[in-house]
Amino acid sequence: MSNAPLTNETVHRVSFLDKASLHIPILRILQADGTTYENAVLPVIDKTLAEKIFDTCVFTRVLDERMLGAQRQGRISFYMTCTGEEASIVGSTAALDKDDVILAQYREHASLRYRGFSTEQFMNQMFSNEKDLGKGRQMPIHYGSRELNYQTISSPLATQIPQATGVAYGMKLQGKRNVAICYFGEGAASEGDFHAGLNMAAVLKAPVIFFCRNNGYAISTPTEEQFAGNGIASRGVGYGMHTIRVDGNDMLAVLAATQQARAHAIEHNAPVLIEAMTYRLGAHSSSDDPSGYRSKEEEAKWQQHDPVKRFKLWMINKGWTSEADEAKLFERYREEVLAAVKVAEKLPIPKLDEIIEDVLDKPTPALRKQLKELKEHINKYPKAYPKSAGRL
Amino acid sequence: MAQMNMLHAINEALSIAMKADERMVIFGEDVGHFGGVFRATSGLQEQFGRDRCFNTPLTEQGIAGFANGLASYGMTAVAEIQFADYIFPAFDQIVNESAKFRYRSGNQFDVGGLTFRTPYGGGIAGGHYHSQSPEAYFTQTPGLKVVIPRNPEQAKGLLLAAIRDPNPVIFFEPKRLYRASVGEVPAGDYQIELGKAQVVKQGRDITVLAWGAQMEIVEKACERAEKEGISCEIIDLRTLAPWDVETVAKSVTKTGRLLINHEAPLTGGFAGEIAATIQQECFLSLESPISRVCGLDTPYPLIHEKEYMPDELKTFEAIKATVAF
Ligand SMILES: Cc1ncc(C[n+]2csc(CCOP(=O)(O)OP(=O)(O)O)c2C)c(N)n1
Ligand SMILES: [Mg+2]
Repeated sequence: MSNAPLTNETVHRVSFLDKASLHIPILRILQADGTTYENAVLPVIDKTLAEKIFDTCVFTRVLDERMLGAQRQGRISFYMTCTGEEASIVGSTAALDKDDVILAQYREHASLRYRGFSTEQFMNQMFSNEKDLGKGRQMPIHYGSRELNYQTISSPLATQIPQATGVAYGMKLQGKRNVAICYFGEGAASEGDFHAGLNMAAVLKAPVIFFCRNNGYAISTPTEEQFAGNGIASRGVGYGMHTIRVDGNDMLAVLAATQQARAHAIEHNAPVLIEAMTYRLGAHSSSDDPSGYRSKEEEAKWQQHDPVKRFKLWMINKGWTSEADEAKLFERYREEVLAAVKVAEKLPIPKLDEIIEDVLDKPTPALRKQLKELKEHINKYPKAYPKSAGRL
Repeated sequence: MAQMNMLHAINEALSIAMKADERMVIFGEDVGHFGGVFRATSGLQEQFGRDRCFNTPLTEQGIAGFANGLASYGMTAVAEIQFADYIFPAFDQIVNESAKFRYRSGNQFDVGGLTFRTPYGGGIAGGHYHSQSPEAYFTQTPGLKVVIPRNPEQAKGLLLAAIRDPNPVIFFEPKRLYRASVGEVPAGDYQIELGKAQVVKQGRDITVLAWGAQMEIVEKACERAEKEGISCEIIDLRTLAPWDVETVAKSVTKTGRLLINHEAPLTGGFAGEIAATIQQECFLSLESPISRVCGLDTPYPLIHEKEYMPDELKTFEAIKATVAF
């Protein structure tokens, strides 16, 4: 029957529901000291998986530290870190199959690393050199890899949310036992595309995991000025999908939630919403200075909840790593990243011909003419266009 | 008169308008306490309170729809869209609502108190999504005014006029010039009339027309041309919708030649509209085809930004070619 309510219970005096009517607990498995809660149900994880997760986190820390530094030195034009959010990003990606498609916002490079993006590939993108898979067309950190099922980042926020629903619906029609995962911030969740994407996924039964990184801020705007409801999770329930709120700084909680979300999505051809409560420890981007909108005390408080440290302590308790191992790993990646920077920054930029490629599948005659005229112009003034003159 | 940059001039205009009009509110992403990602609304929340200058949730369609509603109820709504590249989620509210509010109601309702401010344009290593010049999407929409200033003094006077204009206005701010453009700005309240182009330099041989950040590019190109004995008349269009046909036609009737420069892609760009109108108006005076120096017909690229831009040298070459035709 159309428009049937879930329950036929009726009341006979006015009584409103409010945001507290929906009780949303937070899944937490790991304690601060790296031990697990007594009654906690652990995710499926063995030493190999734990090591891969940890390795990805350490690499990401090093990449963020070094590349923010490189930006400050003027070697790259822009950078964004994901410091503080590694458990949310890596813990969720680690629950996926390599054929599951990732549609990210921009702060999820740890996820791409987990999938196998090489240090060199990161550098090629950030330095917009001729080996960049994106052909030097986008700002640093707008990665993408067809091979790794990671769709290329688009700056306009939330556009990937309904797209993820479309990808997942396609998977369903093609009979794949896969999911799409869609990452987005709690700020992006205010966009109309968020509503469209979640509602369509629920109605059309698409196997997609909506993964919200609720990190407290959208640039300067704190969550209190972003929404007045019970977080992002309450909305998932409203759209009729399985929903869970997790401690986003707890690697095991994120992993467990995403593993089960994936199983549910595939088994029932249904979307799931995960809201990960975390904190953006760094600035929004290299163009931002958080001292204008939040206190050092607040940042210091969240430093105490370092997700990588918490996971490391768990691994140490298991005997799977040690402080010394960690130090060695950091050392190795610092050297690797530094060496990769030196190589990538010396490579030339993509050839000018590429400027007209991929607008459509083939350049139009009009575009070819524009390129020809541009080349003639550059030949006339080679000194004014030093990066492309000489390799026309 | 005081020396200031364009951001400062815009901030001053907003503050003056807020003081003079207690129904005016300013809102958008990060514009409240923080003062906007470019700091254009810096200090306004402190000055006028949180009810009148505030952050919105992150939704451009929401911002535009909310602005329409506010303005329809007699408020003066000044909405910031953080980057012009992010105006597209608001496209429906602007094109189908702001632009048609008056017409569809037989002038019973209007959103004349509405102004959108938004930074546009390239030259800041912003790639696809922090560089676009989307003005032509809006100039093709009857019911909107489109304004673009070239320097701090113009920005202040045009913005004050835009806020007070009884029509919805989209005010595109050349972000490349936000801090780079510094100049004398008159103190206090003044307005520069919308819909009027300005001849910024008189000349005989060719009319060179641009707006916003491209003005300084064409000025430099004209300086080069002058050294080669070509006398250029330079016009800043300032308002693209409705545009000042009379001033441009008068100039072209005198010089016999026209070059139009804009950053947006060539095809479908506003230069096409200008060229069509001017060849109609000035056909018998034209001594050469109207020239357009524009962005390429590609998305705005990052690493080839320099090559993509309709820069000084390309403009200079086109001036010479047009005069030698
Ligand atoms: C449609 C659109 N509007 C505005 C912006 C500018 N912008 C970039 S990031 C950002 C904040 C996003 O916050 P959130 O979604 O919480 O993600 P976080 O940065 O916290 O990871 C804004 C406003 C944009 N990229 N796209
Ligand atoms: Mg956020």
